[in-house]
Amino acid sequence: MADGVKPRVKVPKTASAGEAVTIKTLISHQMESGQRKDKEGNTIPRSIINRFVVDFNGQNVIDVTLEPAISTNPYFEFEAIVPESGDFTFTWYDDDGSVYEETKSVEVS
Amino acid sequence: MKLTRRETLFIGMGAVVAATVPLPALASVEDAVAAFTGGADVGSGGITLSTPEIAENGNTVPVEVSAPGAVSIMLLAAGNPNPDVGTFNFGPLAASQTASTRIRLAGTQDVVAVAKMADGSFVRTANEVKVTIGGCGG
Amino acid sequence: MKKAIAISSGAAALCLMVTPLLAEPDDDSLVINEELQMVTETEAPDHLEYVNTIYSGWRFRTDETQALQLDDFDNPAMLTVDAAIDAFNTVDGSEGKSCASCHAGPEDFAGLTASMPKVIDGKLVVMEDLLNNHRAKAMGAEPWKWSGQEMQGMVALIGLQSRGMPVDVAIDGEAAPFWEKGKEIYYTRYGQLELSCANCHEDNYGNMIRADHLSQGQINGFPTYRLKQAKLISKHNRFRGCIRDTRAETFAEGSDEFRALELYVQSRGNGLSVETPAVRQ
Repeated sequence: MADGVKPRVKVPKTASAGEAVTIKTLISHQMESGQRKDKEGNTIPRSIINRFVVDFNGQNVIDVTLEPAISTNPYFEFEAIVPESGDFTFTWYDDDGSVYEETKSVEVS
Repeated sequence: MKLTRRETLFIGMGAVVAATVPLPALASVEDAVAAFTGGADVGSGGITLSTPEIAENGNTVPVEVSAPGAVSIMLLAAGNPNPDVGTFNFGPLAASQTASTRIRLAGTQDVVAVAKMADGSFVRTANEVKVTIGGCGG
Repeated sequence: MKKAIAISSGAAALCLMVTPLLAEPDDDSLVINEELQMVTETEAPDHLEYVNTIYSGWRFRTDETQALQLDDFDNPAMLTVDAAIDAFNTVDGSEGKSCASCHAGPEDFAGLTASMPKVIDGKLVVMEDLLNNHRAKAMGAEPWKWSGQEMQGMVALIGLQSRGMPVDVAIDGEAAPFWEKGKEIYYTRYGQLELSCANCHEDNYGNMIRADHLSQGQINGFPTYRLKQAKLISKHNRFRGCIRDTRAETFAEGSDEFRALELYVQSRGNGLSVETPAVRQ
C-alpha cells in the first residue's frame, strides 16, 4: 500500500426518500504519472489510483476510470439518489493492488 | 512504424491543421474517441463542460462535466503526452450525469468531453484552457 | 544594442517585464465554510512606510484557486491536517509519549500561531522550533525535517486553531533586533537579478510578472497548499524559492536569517486574519 493514503468523504447524515444528495470525496495519493524523472534521470514508474467506485446498498452510483492526468489527491464531486436508509460504500483501487474503502451511513427520515 | 488506414487518414488531415495543433496529440485524441464510440458518429449539444479560462497552475485544474441522460462521459486532454484523463460511468443511483474532478494539463490546450447517451448515441464538446507559468519560474 | 542585451539575459527581462493588466487585487470576500469571515484587506500596520493597505495573497488569485480555500472539504491541505491529528495522538520517541500525553488537544493552541514568531529565552523562535524542541525534550523523538509533511502538517494543525484571528506579532522589546535584521533582509537586493523582496512584493504587487499576478507576499496563510507542488509548503521553503529565483545563493530553511525574515514578513501582515492552511497556485 502506498504510504499514508487517507480518504475523506462528505455525505449528508440524513436525507428524505428519493432525495438527490451531493457527495464529495478526496483521497491522499501522489498519483505518480509515469512521466516524471528522478534526479538520476530515470523515469519514476507510474503509481496511481486507477478506479473509484461508489455504491449505495449494493447498487451503483458512479464508477470512474482514472488515468495519470488526474491530479495528486484525487477529488470527485457528484450527486446520488438516496432511496432508503443505508450505506454508501466508497472504494479506491491502487495500481499496486491496494484497495482503500470507506463507508458512510445515511438515515432516511 | 506501421500505419493503419485510420492513422494515415489522420496524418493527412493533421497536415492541414499542423500549424495550430501538435499532430501526435490530435491523432491519439481521435484514436481515444474512436475507441470509446466504436467509430459511431458523434454529435454535439446536450453536454456541458465547465473549465477555467485560465488555470494558474496546470497541476490542479478543476473541471465539471454534465450530460443529462448519459451512461458514461470520457474526458481527454488533447495536449497532454497521454490524452486520457478518465471516464465517469453513471449507475442507476446517480442523481445526475454530472461529475467534477481536478486534472493535470501539461500546457495550454483543449479539454475534450465525449458522452455516450442511453440510446447509444454520442455527443462531444471541448473547451480551451490556458495554462500559465509562474513568475521567475518559481 | 539594447534589445540584444534583453534577449541574452532573458530571465532578467522576463522577471522585470511587469505589465499593469490587473493593477489591483480583486474585490472577492473570503468566507470559509460559509461562516468564518476572514479579513483579507486592512490598514497597514504603522511600521510600514510605503504601503497603506495590506491584502491577503488570496485576493490576487483566480476564482478557481480561491474556491479551493472556501470550504474545508475542498481544501486539499486538510488531508495533511487530518494526518497531523493522528500524529498528535500517536506515541513517538523514547519517552513513550504523544503530543496528547501533555496537551489535551490541538485546541489548546488557539491564538499561538497569531503571535508567532516570538522571542523565548532570548532566542527568536518559530513554530517548527517549538515542535522539534518538544519532540526532543518531552518525547525523546527524532526531529522532523523542516519542510517535511509531518512537520508542516502539525504546523498547519496548530495554525488552524488561530484561523480567523488577526496576525499580531510583537516587533518591539526583545523582538526588535531580530525584526530589524529581518527588515534589512527584506530590502536587500540578492542574486544576479538583484531583486529584493520589496522590488516585487512592495513596489509591484498587483502587477503581472509574466503570467503571475504578484501579491504582497503575505505569509498569514502558511503553511499553504501550493498547487505547483501539490503539498503543504513551509514559509522558509517559499522564501528559499523566491531568493533562488533571483539567482542567488539562498539561506537555509531553519536558518537565523529566515527566522528573522519570517518575523518581519509576518509583522507586515499584522491585522490580516490567520488563514492557515491557505491554498495558492
